[in-house]
Amino acid sequence: MSAILELQGVKKAFGAVVVADDQSWSLAPGEALGVIGPNGAGKTSMFNLVTGTLRADAGQIRLGGQDITGWSAAKRCRAGIARSFQVPQPFAHMTVFENAYVAATQGAGLSGRAAEALCLDVLDRTGLIAKANGQAGGLTLLERKRLELSRALCARPRVILLDEIAGGLTEHECQSLIQTIRDVHATGVSIVWIEHVVHALLAVVGRLMVIDFGRKIAEGEPQAIMQSREVREIYLGIEADG
Amino acid sequence: MSLSVTRRTRLSTAWLIVLVPIVLLLIAAPWWAGRADLRLMGEIALYMSLAVLWNLLAGYAGLVSVGQQAYVGFGGYLFFALTMLAGLHPYAALPLVVLAGFVISAPVAVLIFRLRGAYFAIGTWVVAEVFRLSFAQMASLGGGSGTSLSPDIVRSLAEGRDAREAVAWWLALGAGMLVIGTVVWLLRSRQGVALTAIRDNELAARSLGIDIWRTKFTVYVVVSGLTALIGALIFLQKLRISPDAAFSANDWTAFVIFIVVIGGIGTLEGPILGTLVFFALRETLADLGTLYLIALGVVAIVIMLFAPRGLWGFLRDRWGLELFPLSRRVSGLAKKEA
Ligand SMILES: Nc1ncnc2c1ncn2[C@@H]1O[C@H](COP(=O)(O)OP(=O)(O)OP(=O)(O)O)[C@@H](O)[C@H]1O
Ligand SMILES: [Mg+2]
Repeated sequence: MSAILELQGVKKAFGAVVVADDQSWSLAPGEALGVIGPNGAGKTSMFNLVTGTLRADAGQIRLGGQDITGWSAAKRCRAGIARSFQVPQPFAHMTVFENAYVAATQGAGLSGRAAEALCLDVLDRTGLIAKANGQAGGLTLLERKRLELSRALCARPRVILLDEIAGGLTEHECQSLIQTIRDVHATGVSIVWIEHVVHALLAVVGRLMVIDFGRKIAEGEPQAIMQSREVREIYLGIEADG
Repeated sequence: MSLSVTRRTRLSTAWLIVLVPIVLLLIAAPWWAGRADLRLMGEIALYMSLAVLWNLLAGYAGLVSVGQQAYVGFGGYLFFALTMLAGLHPYAALPLVVLAGFVISAPVAVLIFRLRGAYFAIGTWVVAEVFRLSFAQMASLGGGSGTSLSPDIVRSLAEGRDAREAVAWWLALGAGMLVIGTVVWLLRSRQGVALTAIRDNELAARSLGIDIWRTKFTVYVVVSGLTALIGALIFLQKLRISPDAAFSANDWTAFVIFIVVIGGIGTLEGPILGTLVFFALRETLADLGTLYLIALGVVAIVIMLFAPRGLWGFLRDRWGLELFPLSRRVSGLAKKEA
């Protein structure tokens, strides 16, 4: 089957700092891909390039076979790419429900009762429903991360990009997050998940990609990748948190 | 699940119920208010409209314009031109003024939206100056010294002075309700949801599918068209127009910013409350002469120090008050938790 998301020779540099160095990879429809790599490797930048928050210096990005390299971030979201921000970006003076409602009306293009029902359902699944009427600015960091996930889901994406949403959770919370993401995956949504909490990642993804200095240095079956020599070398610290 | 979403609160419902008799009372004003009071109330309605519109522009869309006098003056002049030069009835001219406001502000938006921050503000002021200089060139409208509305046009509004004062009041009241109604409707619509999101976080807004440029463009054009209508009514009340009065940055922007800032920027109720406070101050302090402006400045500074988000912002942060049902609340939560 042809890829839902595909990067080909994507490059991006900030002066001397190369955040994407000739990156090429693809995501099959319904696939869950995990991304690991040391701090500052360029993982978040890769999401910025895919969602259109950053413009690529070179290369091509395709969604469902269509070239979206020149599209705005808004258009990419409406076409089916949604993300969570590593550093949460809530609409601080709106309620939690209204934050979700923005995604449902603007990203998913729903209106009225359909939009409301989607938001209530998603907030229920992400465990934020009790806070629905609270101002988003008043949430704790962990709740803000859940709000990021909720908003991305309310945009009803074909591809969802998750950026470090499991850090700081208790084991119990982590298991429930894993279940939530599995449920999303089961509905056919393709997932790319950047995560330092490797055991959570391994519980969901079918393939793992390793990024360092903006380069894809390894890609394949998760267990094999974790065992591989290069990964263990550059990435010794990771087993400690995982 | 027994959850549902509503926008009404007990306060907003009570407010809507109170609003009905208030509006009826205001419509009946010509029968209970004197001529001077009626004029003052007309002025209040028109200022309130300017403040509500500027707040939508600056407080919601982040378009901090210091040049909305461009559209006040444009509307006033166009109204005089359409009635005196083109011979239209005032009632026919008013909707055309709104349309012309939409049409002229669209290319202006394309131009000034390229500017950011302080440059945007300066850009809006330059546009207003260009408008002023252009209208000062029009000899048929009195050039630099301006012109008066001809008596037969004034007479075509209604027979007799009292009837005309009543008509002028109803037009001002109607425009005020049109403006507030349009802003409420806009803020409750899909565009309004987008606008509120942009106000809070542009990065997140963009990433959730909101076309920021188009949303701001829509707001700028709608606000400018309605500002032109208010301009037409202001000079219909004054019966006389000149470039300096029509494009006065002091009258149509500085006072308006004062009103919005003390009332509470970025809330719908703020500019309404701010207008009432402004006129209360003006009516009590008017005898002070130029000291009056200094007094206004002091009031603004004091309010900014103690309630940085304005009077309504203060009330809202404290008690979560909201008169117009804009935000959506989930009801049935308590039951679920129990
Ligand atoms: N807008 C920017 N301007 C300049 N440099 C940037 C910008 N955004 C990111 N960088 C730099 O690019 C590099 C990659 O950053 P990025 O956030 O993509 O890393 P990451 O892999 O997500 O790291 P982490 O695991 O810490 O989240 C870093 O050195 C960062 O400082
Ligand atoms: Mg990152």
